[in-house]
Amino acid sequence: MEDIILSLQNIRKSFSGIPVLNGINLTARQGEFITLLGASGCGKTTTLRIIAGLETPDEGHVLLDGQDMTAAEPNRRDVNTVFQNYALFPHMNVEANIGYGLKIRKRPKEEIREEVKKMLSLVQLTGYEKRMPSELSGGQRQRVAIARALINRPKLLLLDEPLGALDLQLRRQMQQELKRLQKKLGITFIYITHDQEEALTMSDRIAVMLDGRFQQIGTPAEVYETPKTSYVAKFVGSANIVYGTVESIQEETVVFSSTAGQESFHSRGRSFTPGQPVTLAVRGEQARLEKGAEKGLAGTVKEKSFSGGMLRVAVELSDQVEFICSRHGIDSKLEPGDKVRVVWEPEHACPVDLEEENQ
Amino acid sequence: MKNRTRLPQVYLGFLLALMYVPILLVIVYSFNESKISSVWSGFSLKWYRELFRDSAMFEALGNTLVLGAASSLCAGVVGTLGAYGMTKVKFRTKGAVEYISTLPIMIPEIILGMVFLAFFSLLGLPFGMTTLIIAHTAFCIPYVYMLVKARLVGMDKSLEEAAADLGASPVRVFFDITLPLLLPAIVSGMLLAFAMSVDDVIISVFVTGVNTNTLPLKIYTQMKTGVTPKINALCTLMFAATLLLCGLAAFLGRTPKKRDSKKELS
Amino acid sequence: MKHMGKKKKWFKGQVLTVLPLYLFTLLFVLGPMIYMVVLSFLTRAETWGILPELTLKNYQDIGEPIYLKTFWESIKLAVVSTLLIVAIGYPFGYFMAKLTGKWKKRVTMLLMIPFWTSSLIRLYGWIIIFRAGGVLDKLLNALHVTEEPLKLLYTYPAVVVGMVYALLPFMIFAVYSSAEKLDFSLVEAARDLGASPWKAFLTVTLKLTLPGLLSGVVLTFVPSMGLFFIADILGGNKVILVGNLIQDQLMKAHNWPFAASLSVILLALTSVMIYLYRKISGVKELEGLV
Repeated sequence: MEDIILSLQNIRKSFSGIPVLNGINLTARQGEFITLLGASGCGKTTTLRIIAGLETPDEGHVLLDGQDMTAAEPNRRDVNTVFQNYALFPHMNVEANIGYGLKIRKRPKEEIREEVKKMLSLVQLTGYEKRMPSELSGGQRQRVAIARALINRPKLLLLDEPLGALDLQLRRQMQQELKRLQKKLGITFIYITHDQEEALTMSDRIAVMLDGRFQQIGTPAEVYETPKTSYVAKFVGSANIVYGTVESIQEETVVFSSTAGQESFHSRGRSFTPGQPVTLAVRGEQARLEKGAEKGLAGTVKEKSFSGGMLRVAVELSDQVEFICSRHGIDSKLEPGDKVRVVWEPEHACPVDLEEENQ
Repeated sequence: MKNRTRLPQVYLGFLLALMYVPILLVIVYSFNESKISSVWSGFSLKWYRELFRDSAMFEALGNTLVLGAASSLCAGVVGTLGAYGMTKVKFRTKGAVEYISTLPIMIPEIILGMVFLAFFSLLGLPFGMTTLIIAHTAFCIPYVYMLVKARLVGMDKSLEEAAADLGASPVRVFFDITLPLLLPAIVSGMLLAFAMSVDDVIISVFVTGVNTNTLPLKIYTQMKTGVTPKINALCTLMFAATLLLCGLAAFLGRTPKKRDSKKELS
Repeated sequence: MKHMGKKKKWFKGQVLTVLPLYLFTLLFVLGPMIYMVVLSFLTRAETWGILPELTLKNYQDIGEPIYLKTFWESIKLAVVSTLLIVAIGYPFGYFMAKLTGKWKKRVTMLLMIPFWTSSLIRLYGWIIIFRAGGVLDKLLNALHVTEEPLKLLYTYPAVVVGMVYALLPFMIFAVYSSAEKLDFSLVEAARDLGASPWKAFLTVTLKLTLPGLLSGVVLTFVPSMGLFFIADILGGNKVILVGNLIQDQLMKAHNWPFAASLSVILLALTSVMIYLYRKISGVKELEGLV
């Protein structure tokens, strides 16, 4: 338990009567990389601001390194933030920006200069001391912002969509660099993004947020392979969601049926009773389309398209649910209007939105 | 087509020229030898010499500068702090106080003059520099307040948050981040306030004391009674000072703009 | 669990920063204003000073023919000046906003200089122009338009010229500030959609620059009734404005309650205009005020 750096306990917050956070809980261990993933407006930035002390929660506690810091002002916390728009001080040069945290702590000038130099080499900007923020490119500003936040050696670094303003190539490069920095320094990162790919590649754990609640907190593999809710399945795995009821159970295999047909799924250690309504998440690349199959969900091909080397086939199931199949290569002889059945292996269908999971 | 595109420039040019004619005439006639301003009798600097011998004029100049500096300084402090507080904290009376505090530049000056005359005599304040400074501060505050507020509204809030996040106390944030970023707005507000104070006749007429003369008041009385070309010389020098001030304002106004536009480009 | 501790501390510090503004505004703006209103209902003492007896006499006095005439003349002059200022200043502000780059900066600068120059200096220039045998007379003489001096100084037209000249920059800056925000491609879009130039101007340009125009009117109309020194210097004793009346009542007749009632009327007029401005334009702050 000693290595728990951050603990959020039942945090609630509303702005002018509108609830933004509805009782969230989160713990972060020393050196962990945790990503808060969610669409805009889900409350992830507010969560970050509460950890930083820029907002005060209406209810709940923020524990930093075991101490209740809920009411502490931002300048009293061992936490630093990389802001979304970098927030570099426009009237100070790179050296003054990075050294600001140490200047506040009244460290001697020589030491500040040395530390800034170290930080600059860490973020690969050696020699940029005298530049003004307005003279830097987006990627360089990003590095300065990170260096500025790291110079205080915080226990916790908060990053609010730090790569949001960068182009794709630079983004990839910075993702790796951030990961490298985090490993090297062993600082706990709380990282915000709305990009599920970024979350999956960088994080130790991902917390998926919706409407001020955590939908699921788990490792990238857990979140991707066994989503707990249909939202997580759609947002992280771009999965298809189908609705139906439990038909029968044979050991670990459960038969699912809807008006479109029947298919089975793996119970994953959960108990089901016949007649129980159930929602399944099935990722497009793990389903197949077959003509004249016995089992599976019946539907009509609506549309075919290629994107990113993948063939995407949109099927309208006979219960009006859209199902998108995708696979590599161009192998489909299917044409719009064809009658098909959607089939999958039981272990590729994941039951979601189960009652007991909801907090 | 050509006609249509040229017309605006001609109009602007003509009107601008017209605006400068009276000013240029004042300057030209300040070098006139003759005492009667309708007759040109040759170039002379004698009115300047006479002006510099006039100690009352220097006293009035001194008063004007002291008044302008004091009231724009007071306005700078009160207006800046006020604008800062008003954007940070929500009060129920905020809108009303904001409206009332900007009234002095929206209502006709004569009302302000009348109001201060009556109020100061009610309070029993002796008329003189003190009353002048209070009255001028009243109409100087809105200039600083409005310019600083506009700047604050446009300012990125996360800059202050970043400083707090790095360990700066609220006071430290204000002096390290907020104030330096507001400085151009504060300075141009104070310059504007200074110019307005130095130019004021109407309010000063009412609140000045018997022994406190300002330059505009002196010019005003002389214009009403009888003009000597000395006034031309004085006006010319004042115009030169205005030019300097305008240049300074333009110089100060340019630097932050450059920064902003660069920031937006990225 | 409520966590107000931190909020409170910040709050306290920031409350202190508005304190000077609040104090000054209450003590030296609102206080005097209220006193003026009270004063306008008090009685003037026979010889000197004010008696604490409530009366409506001061307002009734405004109804007397001579004062009513002054008000009427003042309003007439204000209307004439404002119309001229709109006619001259609106196109100026609009054209100025349409300028680009270097020229916009230059013209703004050229306009700032007279605006910042003491209004007395500028008025004094007009004396040189208007006086008998002055610059204007000489010019007209030389062009053989008139033989006799016009004697324009101390006339009504001279005062109008002075007013327009003194207040024009306010209108220009107000219109400019509004026209600068105008997206000129909207005008082109209107033209593209088949509007005549005139129609495009009325439906797009004028409508979108209305806040500036109205703000300019607020900033010129009422003040022009109060600028007594312009009437003094360029009008001699021939033109008497409400401003002159207030000044005389204060400094010569020492009838402060009456001066206060005149000021209250003027203040009411200003308030009505600001109210109308906000109502019509939907903008809270006067465009181009600073």
